Amino acid sequence: MATTKYTKDHEYIRIDGDVGTVGISHYAQEQLGDVVFVELPSSGKAVKKGDSAAVVESVKAASDIYSPVSGQVVEANPDLEGAPATVNDDPAGKGWFFKVKIANPAELDELMDEAAYKAFLDTL
Amino acid sequence: MSMNNQGRPTAAGEAGAASAHPTFTGNKALQIEEALIFEIGRPEVTGVDMPEPKKVKSRLGKLARKEPIDLPGLSEPETMRHYVRLSQKNFGIDTGLFPLGSCTMKHNARLNEKMARLPGFGDIHPLQPVSTVQGALELIDRLADYLKELTGMPAVAMSPKAGAHGELAGMMAIKAALEAKGEGHRKTVLVPESAHGTNPATAALIGFEVKAVPAQADGTVHVSDVKAALTPDVAAIMLTNPNTCGIFEKEIVEIAKAIHDAGAYFYCDGANFNAIVGKARPGDLGVDAMHINLHKTFSTPHGGGGPGAGPVVLSERLAAFVPYPFIRAGKGFSLVEEGGKLDKGEMPFGRMSAFHGQMGMFVRALAYMLSHGADGMKLASEDAVLNANYIRASLADLMSLPFGNQPCMHEALFDDEWLKNTGVSTLDFAKAMIDEGYHPMTMYFPLVVHGAMLIEPTESESKASLDLFIATLRDLALSAKRGQVERFKNAPFHAPRRRLDETRAARNPVLRWTRPQPYAEAAE
Amino acid sequence: MRYLPLTPQDRTDMLAKIGVAAVDDLFANVPKSKLLKGLVDLPKAKGELDVERIMGAMAAENITASEVPFFVGAGAYKHHVPASVDHLIQRSEFLTSYTPYQPEIAQGTLQYLFEFQTQVALLTGMEVANASMYDGSTGAAEAVLMAHRVTKRRKAILAGNLHPHYRDTIETLSRMAGDELVSLEPNPADASADLKAVAAAIDAETSCIVIQTPDVFGNLHDLTAIAKKAQDAGALLIAVVTEVVSLGAVTPPGAMGADIVVAEGQSIGVGLNFGGPYVGLFATKQKYVRQMPGRLCGETVDAEGRRGFVLTLSTREQHIRREKATSNICTNSGLMCLAFTIHMTLLGETGLRRLAAINHANACDLADRLADVDGVEVLNGSFFNEFAIRVPGDAAKVVEKMAKKGVLAGVPAARLWPKHKALKDIILVANTEVNTDDDRAAFVAALGASL
Repeated sequence: MATTKYTKDHEYIRIDGDVGTVGISHYAQEQLGDVVFVELPSSGKAVKKGDSAAVVESVKAASDIYSPVSGQVVEANPDLEGAPATVNDDPAGKGWFFKVKIANPAELDELMDEAAYKAFLDTL
Repeated sequence: MSMNNQGRPTAAGEAGAASAHPTFTGNKALQIEEALIFEIGRPEVTGVDMPEPKKVKSRLGKLARKEPIDLPGLSEPETMRHYVRLSQKNFGIDTGLFPLGSCTMKHNARLNEKMARLPGFGDIHPLQPVSTVQGALELIDRLADYLKELTGMPAVAMSPKAGAHGELAGMMAIKAALEAKGEGHRKTVLVPESAHGTNPATAALIGFEVKAVPAQADGTVHVSDVKAALTPDVAAIMLTNPNTCGIFEKEIVEIAKAIHDAGAYFYCDGANFNAIVGKARPGDLGVDAMHINLHKTFSTPHGGGGPGAGPVVLSERLAAFVPYPFIRAGKGFSLVEEGGKLDKGEMPFGRMSAFHGQMGMFVRALAYMLSHGADGMKLASEDAVLNANYIRASLADLMSLPFGNQPCMHEALFDDEWLKNTGVSTLDFAKAMIDEGYHPMTMYFPLVVHGAMLIEPTESESKASLDLFIATLRDLALSAKRGQVERFKNAPFHAPRRRLDETRAARNPVLRWTRPQPYAEAAE
Repeated sequence: MRYLPLTPQDRTDMLAKIGVAAVDDLFANVPKSKLLKGLVDLPKAKGELDVERIMGAMAAENITASEVPFFVGAGAYKHHVPASVDHLIQRSEFLTSYTPYQPEIAQGTLQYLFEFQTQVALLTGMEVANASMYDGSTGAAEAVLMAHRVTKRRKAILAGNLHPHYRDTIETLSRMAGDELVSLEPNPADASADLKAVAAAIDAETSCIVIQTPDVFGNLHDLTAIAKKAQDAGALLIAVVTEVVSLGAVTPPGAMGADIVVAEGQSIGVGLNFGGPYVGLFATKQKYVRQMPGRLCGETVDAEGRRGFVLTLSTREQHIRREKATSNICTNSGLMCLAFTIHMTLLGETGLRRLAAINHANACDLADRLADVDGVEVLNGSFFNEFAIRVPGDAAKVVEKMAKKGVLAGVPAARLWPKHKALKDIILVANTEVNTDDDRAAFVAALGASL
């Protein structure tokens, strides 16, 4: 069964074997407001943990999405270009950004699990 | 008596809610809805009468334009009505108080418009023989002299076309100076987080890396923070003074010295020069380069977003690098363009744009300076600062000041602390100002202040005008504190348009008109 | 002081309210030694009449385009602007408004920007246009940067017959940004050779090629083949137009495959103004819109469902994206857009085509007359309203002599290419609707007498 981990910058990564699906949390989409555009990495791109891998835009702001882990992008969500609102409507599901082949599973240990992230949100 | 009973009723009658009386047209008396030229114009109509062209053998070769362009035309009366109606949906300085912080929306004198339209300035070509434009070169040279005197700087590049373009010219001069010294390795530019967005954008445009410098609790940059950031790869600092929080940087002289001691340059964003014209000179403070927004400080009209003009004054350390073209006064005026003879030490770094800069703005700015004189310009700065402080002092009990109740320069900065738990945001507050007949202040800038409201009244406002503005803001503030959220949430109610759906515009950009499909095609 | 409403009593009352004794107390942050004691060394305030006298005297020293036979072009053109244009742009609500960041009270500006963008797109044959750049030359430099972003390459190739000021503007920005640039040599006599040289220079590193049409010597270019050649190599074609009236007569770059079109819009609605303010037109394909510099106006609806307009896709811009913005441009040419769009609305397609036809016919007429002048050669195979002539000897001296005879004949090529000896005998001659038969006769006579 897939587990989901979170960063302090509100990205999530849902781990399925050696591939992680990256998106932003419900909290993040709420803070951003209406998402109007998402700039995604091309597949094959190598990313390092903490690299800016995508950009999410609302009307008045552009925010970098940092990759939660190092690895290689294997797929970007093809549906977001035509329907950026999906990020608001279903951030944890259809609103994912990209999938990454995880190079170093140990990096996952540095991320928060669901409960830890919830506790983290309470401190904000 | 002779009874003339033709008199019409002259009492006002009874009031009723305007919304209960929708009109057939959607118009509201003087607020008239106006279609696009593409909906009312026709390609076969023209508002310009011209003679038949001569019959000649075409030299267009195979490139004659054959396909229809589909450009609509309007007759002159239709044109006048279209644009007059559009104008009536706009707010300008002549409409009312326009307290847009950092933008200096001061009065635009019509004398300056008249001067710019003198054929001797408006109807001359940039590439005419120099002998036929001596008066134009004299005007640019005199304006350059005035700018140098006002800033205490020895040189000025006149050609930049707006503030950001002036920033670019200034940063290019710095880059050229570094390269001339063999210090091209200096890649870092320090920019406070409170800076205008153009500062980091300009630095990045020519390959500098931007590093942030913090501002302290009093809203200013401290020399200790600058010193801490001054690594050997620092090329320059870009600092706005007075800064974007409306405060004069009190350690500016020490900051300049620290920068120079480290072998770097001091770029000053001159957007807020209006606070100190005739009061203090950037050259005396240690600035190496500063652009001057003629459309702010020297009142050339903002024109709905331009044109501007951004001459950049340069210190002795950068004077050699003034880009082409520049004017040399001697026996008459000459124009030094590429390939022209250079004096010893002159090393122009290149060219900012075609031709010689924004002549139309130069004329207006010089007319402003001549009208005000040394005395009037000083008084204008003092009045601008006085007006801003009057607003600050009159609202400080109701609205919160992020850096305490200290004197400000020509703009007063409030934050949204005082709106906490009212359900009203800075945006809502600003939109409610529209209903009261005011243009909103600058909002959410500078970024370092939460829910910022930056109010710059300029020297153009009378005390009566300020008093009514203050009374209005007090009334709005009390209303927000009392929880009368409905006055704010969906404001404005009385403008030509209600709030617009910016999300929709950004998600599905419609950037031009397209001819609607005929019904038959659309149905397919 | 007529512009300052405060009275001495007002100032006293306001200082009291603020709680300071003197206005200089408000300048307390300024280091004491740096606060100016007296006045700067400039003249004292003057009334309107005195200002008019001073400025009128300077204006009177210049020879205006309307008072002599006038044939100067090379990137700025003398055209007639209808009276209603200047009246309308001086409406307070246009003249004294700001960038339309508050759309509820700026629909006037926003709607004309939307109309302007559409007109520019139609004229250039492109899908979308922005709300203006400073002028054509800075627009061209921005187009090169945009091509670098789109292609993720950093090498531009400039055709030799690109206006030298445009070349220098691009060259300066490219050098400062650390980008590569190939700048070809001008070729007035054989326009097709210029395109061949561009084609030969394209390689796998090339982000864009920049070609002007009509070029700086007036030659018209069919860009269809070179557009394809560039695109096949993964590069973009940037087409530059410095005389926008030409688009009323010639095939637009968009129809020939251009990826970006930049143009100087001064000819429509904007006077000569000794070089500025002008208005840069910038158009491209829909797919590149997010890489565009400058402001964009878009259509939307308000809370009551009524059509309205807003500035949109602002995340590209400096005030949001800061060091990652597509450009540092903020203020653009707002009021000049308005002048352009009003004049274009008055013209409509019918008027624009007529205007362009008159320009072309007048230029053809002058070219025909020059064929009869001994020693003078018209170099162009094709042209719109401007062409290059070769004269015996030093062209700059000929132009000066003609100026003394009261004819402003054009731009000697040496003014634009001071280092190219081979161009010393060339004059660029423009002819618009303002030139009469008498003007052309005066040109021919003055030229004959100046050789």
